[in-house]
Amino acid sequence: MDVDSRQGRMAAIMRDHQDKVVSRWSELVVAGVRGRSSAVEVRRELEDLYSLVTRAMSGADPQAAGELRAALTELSRSRARNGFTPSETVLGVFALKDAVYELVADDAELIPEFLAFARMIDDLGLHTFEIYAAARERIIADQAVAMLELSTPVIRLWDGIIAVPLVGILDSARTQLVMEKLLDTLVATGADHAVLDITGVPTVDTEVAQHLLKTVNAARLLGAECIVSGIRPQVAQTIVSLGIEFGDIATKATLADALAHALSRTGQKVGPA
Amino acid sequence: MERVPILKISSTLFVSIQIDLQDESVMRLQEDLADELAATGARGVIIDITAVEIVDSFIGRMLTMIGSISRLFDAETVLVGMRPAVAITLTELGLSLRGVRTALNAEKGLELLNGKS
Repeated sequence: MDVDSRQGRMAAIMRDHQDKVVSRWSELVVAGVRGRSSAVEVRRELEDLYSLVTRAMSGADPQAAGELRAALTELSRSRARNGFTPSETVLGVFALKDAVYELVADDAELIPEFLAFARMIDDLGLHTFEIYAAARERIIADQAVAMLELSTPVIRLWDGIIAVPLVGILDSARTQLVMEKLLDTLVATGADHAVLDITGVPTVDTEVAQHLLKTVNAARLLGAECIVSGIRPQVAQTIVSLGIEFGDIATKATLADALAHALSRTGQKVGPA
Repeated sequence: MERVPILKISSTLFVSIQIDLQDESVMRLQEDLADELAATGARGVIIDITAVEIVDSFIGRMLTMIGSISRLFDAETVLVGMRPAVAITLTELGLSLRGVRTALNAEKGLELLNGKS
């Protein structure tokens, strides 16, 4: 009861000086985020938080603590999404300590209350940081999925010829996706030639070659012939020095060469009339 | 045990597998096909696996063996209508069905055989 009443006194002082503390707090936060949020915006956010903090401190409102955490969760998530750094986000919470300290510094009797208050703010800061980290991880996972989807288009080049331009690092997850998409397209379009273009694959090592061979084999089982194109000079050197064997798979320097090869295989001819 | 029927159309034997493949029925098919090849002197075999959803390493190996047996009778085997999921499974199992030709569908498989002769 003793502790509660003392916390109550500090809460009363903080309520009385709300304007002054919130102004100082906003000042500190705006300086911390270097102009990425406007002063008015920051002030509005902080006013809401501040009233929740004082309500939670007075202890009269049991729901206030939960609401405060929820508000911080929301704030932290939006900061994470908008590209604020972790310290910019958490500093926004810790700055309240500085702002309140300036208010009670002269009153020695309030020091124990201030320490309790500081502990509470530390807890809230940690909570904010945890939410921030979780939100960032979520963003990274979403982006990985989006990248996987974006990076594997299957294009119909000609009647009976499809192409898969591979861009980026070819790992087993990508290979699986490419393989599924390629095979589904082969069945859906009835194409019997597929060009795997590796112009956008930065390096070809034994693992990447293994993935390519798997894809070609699977396509062969469906009755489609694969041509690997887009082999750059450095890549060719790596392939040879690593001793990778492409066996009887046709390889071409450019997508154009591969298309010409596939056209001649299907008995079609393109040229000046 | 279910049996897979073998149809002869001109000089081609046509096998459409419409059942869930058991080890015994595949072995029976292999025997029946060898008998039929010897009896008819067919020059090509088309095996349609459009309806097959699950394969294992044994069935993969038996398909390769059917190809090898047919070649002994101077007949070429074309596997048609493989599903993408089946192709991925066979690749993951490390089976590339050497000696068996493949085509997307029965029509293309027939073209492949006729183009040869």
